[in-house]
Amino acid sequence: MPFQDGPAGAPRSGALEGSEGRMFARGLKRKSSEDAEDADGGVAGLPAAPSYTLQRQSLLDMSLVKLQLCHMLVEPNLCRSVLIANTVRQIQEEMTQDGTWRVVAPQAAGRAPLDRLVSTEILCRSGREQEGEGDCPLPDPAPGQAPRRPQSSPWGLDGSREGRGGFQKSLDHIFETLENKTPGSVEELFSDVDSSYYDLDAVLTGMVGGAPTGPGLPAFAPTAAAPPSSTCRSDLGELEHTVEILVET
Amino acid sequence: MVTLRCQLGWAKGMPGSLTETDIGPSVVSPLDRVTPPSCKRQMMGPLSFITMNWGACPGHTMVLQPSERHNRDWSHGRLGPWCSPTGSPAPLSCETGCGEGSWILVCRLLVPTQVSLLSMEEDIDTRKINNSFLRDHSYATEADIISTVEFNHTGELLATGDKGGRVVIFQREQESKNQVHRRGEYNVYSTFQSHEPEFDYLKSLEIEEKINKIRWLPQQNAAYFLLSTNDKTVKLWKVSERDKRPEGYNLKDEEGRLRDPATITTLRVPVLRPMDLMVEATPRRVFANAHTYHINSISVNSDYETYMSADDLRINLWNFEITNQSFNIVDIKPANMEELTEVITAAEFHPHHCNTFVYSSSKGTIRLCDMRASALCDRHTKFFEEPEDPSNRSFFSEIISSISDVKFSHSGRYIMTRDYLTVKVWDLNMENRPIETYQVHDYLRSKLCSLYENDCIFDKFECVWNGSDSVIMTGSYNNFFRMFDRNTKRDVTLEASRENSKPRAILKPRKVCVGGKRRKDEISVDSLDFSKKILHTAWHPSENIIAVAATNNLYIFQDKVN
Repeated sequence: MPFQDGPAGAPRSGALEGSEGRMFARGLKRKSSEDAEDADGGVAGLPAAPSYTLQRQSLLDMSLVKLQLCHMLVEPNLCRSVLIANTVRQIQEEMTQDGTWRVVAPQAAGRAPLDRLVSTEILCRSGREQEGEGDCPLPDPAPGQAPRRPQSSPWGLDGSREGRGGFQKSLDHIFETLENKTPGSVEELFSDVDSSYYDLDAVLTGMVGGAPTGPGLPAFAPTAAAPPSSTCRSDLGELEHTVEILVET
Repeated sequence: MVTLRCQLGWAKGMPGSLTETDIGPSVVSPLDRVTPPSCKRQMMGPLSFITMNWGACPGHTMVLQPSERHNRDWSHGRLGPWCSPTGSPAPLSCETGCGEGSWILVCRLLVPTQVSLLSMEEDIDTRKINNSFLRDHSYATEADIISTVEFNHTGELLATGDKGGRVVIFQREQESKNQVHRRGEYNVYSTFQSHEPEFDYLKSLEIEEKINKIRWLPQQNAAYFLLSTNDKTVKLWKVSERDKRPEGYNLKDEEGRLRDPATITTLRVPVLRPMDLMVEATPRRVFANAHTYHINSISVNSDYETYMSADDLRINLWNFEITNQSFNIVDIKPANMEELTEVITAAEFHPHHCNTFVYSSSKGTIRLCDMRASALCDRHTKFFEEPEDPSNRSFFSEIISSISDVKFSHSGRYIMTRDYLTVKVWDLNMENRPIETYQVHDYLRSKLCSLYENDCIFDKFECVWNGSDSVIMTGSYNNFFRMFDRNTKRDVTLEASRENSKPRAILKPRKVCVGGKRRKDEISVDSLDFSKKILHTAWHPSENIIAVAATNNLYIFQDKVN
């Protein structure tokens, strides 16, 4: 493995070994990346070669995971977040121009995806950073935000393609949450609690999607099986349920 | 970091009402994973930790906020204390989710029976001189990673800051006429704890104690002054020597205890007697609470009265004498954070013109500002940007164009910038492109995707000029660092590692082979160790002496004298 992790080295945020096995093994990815690097000539790269599209998609997914992960550490590095977010925007711009940015119809509910150039659902927050929107997420979303997605887990869509399918929220919310780091409500803290949150190894190895829980993982893992790249915010019904459980009401 | 044993337990109830009797019976050693006892719905995931902040108070009950507190690397997980030093649990608001009937994790520190008190004392005793700077630990602690290196204006002193908030200052030996061949070597002069880890209660985030930058002030009297900063707070430290102490006080006895004036029958005049040299470091000013975002640069102005501190979105101007006020001179925070696409990455004052400074951005641009133009320098005087090369464009173009360091030349005529793959020299009079571009490790251009994956692409390398502005130096991976001679256009790659260099041995130039047949001494790109990165280097202001920080080791190299 050429890129090693030493004790003082780069964090292992890149050890994406497969969400449902759809991401590429490292060796394969390198090959694809070299192809993609060659193919990355023009701004609106030709999407004809499937490897380029695949590579672009995997880059998008990787970036979204990175944005989520960056909030799990001590304090997010703003420069890194901005650079990753810009990369995501760039990919989405290109995918929009290509016409490959498809939105699943039921979730589109009145929102034209091309209205907003950036439309990811990453909110990229830890428990206390939710209040970019002010109120706790249980009430109806404020205007300008995406409608809720139905109960089905986004992974129910196309595995690693979920980045394209159900994202409605603005990527920009990341920075709102970065700014407004005031302690949120009770629900805030636990709104994104799920087993994988505490077991980062599970997150990184993509075991989140309904994988059998280990001894330390909570019993309600299936209900909170949303991967880090799509938060519970989209799933407010589940959220209420979760909160109920947690506060033992 | 000191290892402490704790008693952990789960308790129910509002934090303010906790008493020790509430603590559940589960006692675990720090290495075990802790789960709440008999809790059907586990809301706290498994936790484990090995080290705790030694600043916490043993014997007190603390209420901890789990989950966010731990790092991915379990061996360095740290939990921050939430209780006040007197031991009463800090009032956790209901926002943290501790409602009636909920489980919260409670930790009581046991008085340590066996703690490496030596290291604790070293940390807090500013008078003790640490004699080893090649830290020869059998384990590499994260706290020892050097995070900044800086020579003072004469080159007599060299300061390093590390991730544990410590500053170590080295002093050059006086050259003796007897041993002309033995050039002055650097020995440890002073060690002190500059910054402590803090907890921002308002944001529920930990503030790292890592020293981001050290900058020396020019010497104006017998004492030395330096600025050191972490993410949020800048401190002015005074480092002074003491070799005499007063003896013979009337009102105090030898141990310093006050004497009863009634017992004094004679008076004497205290005299100064010589003592062993003691180097003291005292914090003279603390400049706090002026930065919302992480400070990445500080720069002392040429008027020696002011300095600036730059974070991701703002730059503040301080007067050394005033700690409760600072002037905001640059603010690039958008009204709507959703529109944020660019951050400040580095800033520096012009070496001679006290009204001029530059700052670099994550989009590869440099702005030069004149403080005489307006109070808020949002409009730049000059804007330096190189047009993008369309043939090299990729999704990573912006990331690798992000400037990680900007430095004025000593002459003040040029600025040097470091982005991920290159070092560029700009003439202040030409804004549309740099006058020189040097490839540091272009062989990484085809590996950008992997480097993005493992986050190496976000590494922030620094760059330095030599005293005459003829040579520039910067670091790379695998403990390599590179020097470029601007006049001869020659460059060299050297390695800072213990295995490859003995004291007084000449450094051998290294070469990375990019493909094809690898020669005997070359190293192939795929064999490079990306965990061994040289981010921080420094060059003596007038001589060819360089300091190179390789993770937790400091190397000092000098020109060989014939």
